[in-house]
Amino acid sequence: MSLVYVDHVAAMPLHPKVYEAMVPYFREFYGNPSSIHDSGEKAREAIEEARGKVARLIGSQEEEIYFTSCGTESNNLALKGIAWAHHSRGKEIIISSIEHFSIMHTASALERAGFHVVRLPVDAHGFVDPAVVEKAISPQTILVSVMLANPEVGTIEPIAEIGKITRAKNVLFHTDAVDSVGTIPVNVQELNVDLLSLSASQFYGPKGAAALFIRKGVRILPLLDGGIQERGLRAGTENVPAIVGMGVAADLSREEIPQRMSHLQKLQKKLTEELPRRIPYLRFLGHSTQRLPGNVSVAVEYIEGEAMLLFMDMEGIRISSGSACISRSLKVSHVMLAMGVDAATAQGSLLFSFGMQNTEADVDRILEALPPVVERLRNMSPVYRKAMAKKN
Amino acid sequence: MYSQTVMEHFKNPRNVGTLEDADGVGEVGNPVCGDMMTFYIKVKDNVIDDIKFQTFGCGAAIAVSSMVSEMAKGKTLEEASKITNQMVAEALEGLPKQKLHCSNLGADALQKAIQDYQNKKSGRVSEPESKKCYCPVCDIENPMESEICTGCGKGLPNKHAHGH
Repeated sequence: MSLVYVDHVAAMPLHPKVYEAMVPYFREFYGNPSSIHDSGEKAREAIEEARGKVARLIGSQEEEIYFTSCGTESNNLALKGIAWAHHSRGKEIIISSIEHFSIMHTASALERAGFHVVRLPVDAHGFVDPAVVEKAISPQTILVSVMLANPEVGTIEPIAEIGKITRAKNVLFHTDAVDSVGTIPVNVQELNVDLLSLSASQFYGPKGAAALFIRKGVRILPLLDGGIQERGLRAGTENVPAIVGMGVAADLSREEIPQRMSHLQKLQKKLTEELPRRIPYLRFLGHSTQRLPGNVSVAVEYIEGEAMLLFMDMEGIRISSGSACISRSLKVSHVMLAMGVDAATAQGSLLFSFGMQNTEADVDRILEALPPVVERLRNMSPVYRKAMAKKN
Repeated sequence: MYSQTVMEHFKNPRNVGTLEDADGVGEVGNPVCGDMMTFYIKVKDNVIDDIKFQTFGCGAAIAVSSMVSEMAKGKTLEEASKITNQMVAEALEGLPKQKLHCSNLGADALQKAIQDYQNKKSGRVSEPESKKCYCPVCDIENPMESEICTGCGKGLPNKHAHGH
């Protein structure tokens, strides 16, 4: 039984070309980029080359890219770094209510440190309304952070529009684009953002390399104190092999984004159209068109997600869910609650996130495997029995 | 994540279903908290002659229900009333720590079904109990109405008091 991996929001396979490019930096070019001898020079050159590739992927200048270790670090650096550098001007930060934990919890940490955090609502599709952002901005606001696309429900936010507002109001604007870069075109000029987080592992690069775009002239303070790596903004010896891999992955993404989008949209369309023909009482989450290609988020009513996940795993199909039972904290997805999805429905959420190695045959496998799993769990569910009794 | 016994019961749950002419019915939990279990018992000569259950919930919740039904079937009411959640978890060779409270409600549901039977027999009306929910942060049991956990003071999930 072959594996059907449809959980790319969680992790992506490494592109073979990325892997190949990384290997010499484990074996031969192990020098420290800060060393002035030739071994160090080779490593430093490799990092600068990667910086150029990442910059080209998002339309920025090379010196506006700062390498970090992961998307979470980029998000922490953006929020805390801006907060600490600008607190004398104001202590208010605006975020949306559907951000990743690395924004949500960072904002909460700043709140405990005396900052005021405004959490913007979203509509039933998960959209942040730019007009609401405009109203929320006060003279104390120093930063607005809204994610480019939400991986749990796929919704792509109106970032360019929000960016126009923040620019007019002279407020800094950050977007967490970790789930978008490499899947859809992302250009920091078109998006009107001042800071943007991206992670190699979300575009077929390695784990351990990510970046924060910081527009030239934006004042920011580091999280880590130490050496002067990344022009003093990110102390610590660089993860050279991973950064090299990130550069190659960025180049591949720039070339492949149109093919990626059409491939992923084809699989997404097929699954979205066929599932309701085979399973009743489904609720698709997010927006039908303004969504990440390859992302299908659906709540299967009257049953719970983890149980579905385990049965699908036995069939070799790897998916994800926003059910409370999956999360270590046993909390229902804050994203779904913010969208007004009731907690019981959110328990039955399933998230399919396709990648480039997936095929239409994979969709067929899902369409074959899921209906009996759902039927089996519904037959076992007191919630389903009660709902059906009410309907009859 | 789960023991082999849990996975075995999850894959092949015993005694799934309902009993139309049940002598006692017990229900615990609700889908908002994550898990919900309904147990049906048929009593003959003071012995649990037949038992069925329905469960909404994760792998652990389904395995727990299945295990409880097996442990109770054929037992006298006195024996069955001694089955505890902890005994069920042990019989399943353990449950992940975070699932011990939320999913391990099977014995409670069984006890409720037994109570329901005894109430019916003695002509008493089963009183609806106040619904409870466990805090996702510290695992303390909270009344369904409360918005803040009585144990750790953290806010409970938004729609905590809805959905039943």
